[in-house]
Amino acid sequence: MAQRLRRYGRTLLSFWATSLEAELEYQLNLVIELLAVLGNLAGSLFVLVLLAGPSGQLGGWSWNSALVVLGIYTLLDGFTSCVLQPNLSKIVSHVQNGTLDFVLLKPIDSQFWLSTRSFSPWGLPGVIAGLALIGWALVHNGEALSAGGMALAVALLVAGGLILYSLWFLLAGLSIWFVKVWNATEVLRYTLVAGRYPISAYPPALRLVFTLVLPVAFLTTVPAEALLGRASAAWALGSLAAAAISLVGTRLFWQFALRHYTSASS
Amino acid sequence: MSQPIVHAEGLSKSFRVADKQPGLAGTMRHLLRRSYREVEAVRDLRFAIQPGEIVGFLGPNGAGKTTTLKMLSGLIHPSAGRVEVAGCLPQRRQERFLQQITLVMGNRQQLIWDLPPLDSLRVNAAVYGIDPTEAKRRIHELAEMLELGEELQRPVRKLSLGQRMKAELLAALLHQPSVLFLDEPTLGLDVNAQARVRDFLADYNRRTGATVLLTSHYMGDITALCERVLLIHQGRLFHDGSLDALTSRLAPCREVRLELRQVHPREAFEGFGTIEVHQGHQVRLVIPREQLTQQVGLLLSRFEVVDLEVSDPPIEELIGGLFRQQG
Repeated sequence: MAQRLRRYGRTLLSFWATSLEAELEYQLNLVIELLAVLGNLAGSLFVLVLLAGPSGQLGGWSWNSALVVLGIYTLLDGFTSCVLQPNLSKIVSHVQNGTLDFVLLKPIDSQFWLSTRSFSPWGLPGVIAGLALIGWALVHNGEALSAGGMALAVALLVAGGLILYSLWFLLAGLSIWFVKVWNATEVLRYTLVAGRYPISAYPPALRLVFTLVLPVAFLTTVPAEALLGRASAAWALGSLAAAAISLVGTRLFWQFALRHYTSASS
Repeated sequence: MSQPIVHAEGLSKSFRVADKQPGLAGTMRHLLRRSYREVEAVRDLRFAIQPGEIVGFLGPNGAGKTTTLKMLSGLIHPSAGRVEVAGCLPQRRQERFLQQITLVMGNRQQLIWDLPPLDSLRVNAAVYGIDPTEAKRRIHELAEMLELGEELQRPVRKLSLGQRMKAELLAALLHQPSVLFLDEPTLGLDVNAQARVRDFLADYNRRTGATVLLTSHYMGDITALCERVLLIHQGRLFHDGSLDALTSRLAPCREVRLELRQVHPREAFEGFGTIEVHQGHQVRLVIPREQLTQQVGLLLSRFEVVDLEVSDPPIEELIGGLFRQQG
């Protein structure tokens, strides 16, 4: 077991080292990505000002606490650009071009390979900007932070990340049957933009969709609530359970999908 | 005889493919009412390969060669029948199995395009759990056999097709597999590069005793490397045996060319076989194999022969003829 873990650890290191090497061939990307993150953040802040209005309230959230949600969204978006997007968006092309064969021929878990093969440093500015925004908003919010709240927030953030990963992987994995599902994964990514603002800022019908259909609520609002010390036990448990179920579901789904893989013809 | 390392028994694979008429009207009809049909890519294949053998896998495009290789390497599940490779069921894709095999596809590449092959090799070493020092030793040894040097440090996109194929082979063999499935490994290579890849494969087989199953459109690959061939046509096994046996089966006659000191009338050669050419001093006859020795003896005793050549028609022509015949 320890030997296996060491092999996976060494593989992950080699994966990310080679991706960094390949990505750093294009240094200009860093500048472009930095500008894109700042532009996005400015746009979100502008919309937040408009929505909050003179009262400074958004769906029962104060200006500073709504900024925590925006900060978490920016952090998650950065993580998505670092790990999820570069890997999961390639699954479809692996199926289309038949290069999935090479992955399946390796004595390593294919889901592990497909989910971790690439690392793009261009999401890092988003991660840093998100962390900075959360810190700034928490300091200005004036409420004391509890260690328990922090730990819960991190756990819920990880759970949110796993839910997002599972949903994305599932959609990409459908390419085993439908081949062209690229658009579906793109739609997923753009719907998640709704997570920029607290879920209570949306009309009730959308709130339902963003909780049950697309897990937007679990991604940003639920961890933000924990950070602000107002997490509800039901939401926290719901989020952790949803993460566990979706992760197991993805695993079973992938094993089932591979039985139906026909491989692109030569 | 030892236990076969590859063993297929009644191996079959069928695919469900959409039946769509061409054009927009066909697309609309297909959209409203989908119809599918089953295509049998491989039917009831039976064969066994012993450790260390190099076996050629022949057949026209769409015969089912690649489908079979993919079933043998565990990429796709058989629809029926049983296959065992290195004591494992390939479709289970156990690590023990994957550590022992490799599949090289001439039309696809696993090397990272923007980076030198050495980086891809490092990833492979980690994936297969090969110790870095040992990996370095193996890379050095294989690079020497493949005549690869500083190319390993150049980005893959800057390599020629031949250099890239050799680097692909190195990446596919780093974990020292005992069973090699090679699907068109010389595709698109020039004659020299083809010959080098062939020499390497023969050398690798000699040194490691690895078993090789090879498909190729270049008959040269097969004649140079394989003593035994499996000929597959329309998903079925048509021949399993030596290349010579296949030639005798496909060509029951041999061609005899004669150069004579004197000119003889056409009638003089009747009774020896079919007269293909009769032109001055040159005569070409086609004689059934079983009468060959006797007839050639008679020809030599009856005529003054300056030169004599007995040959088989080229194997490509024989196989091509067979496929045309059976359509």
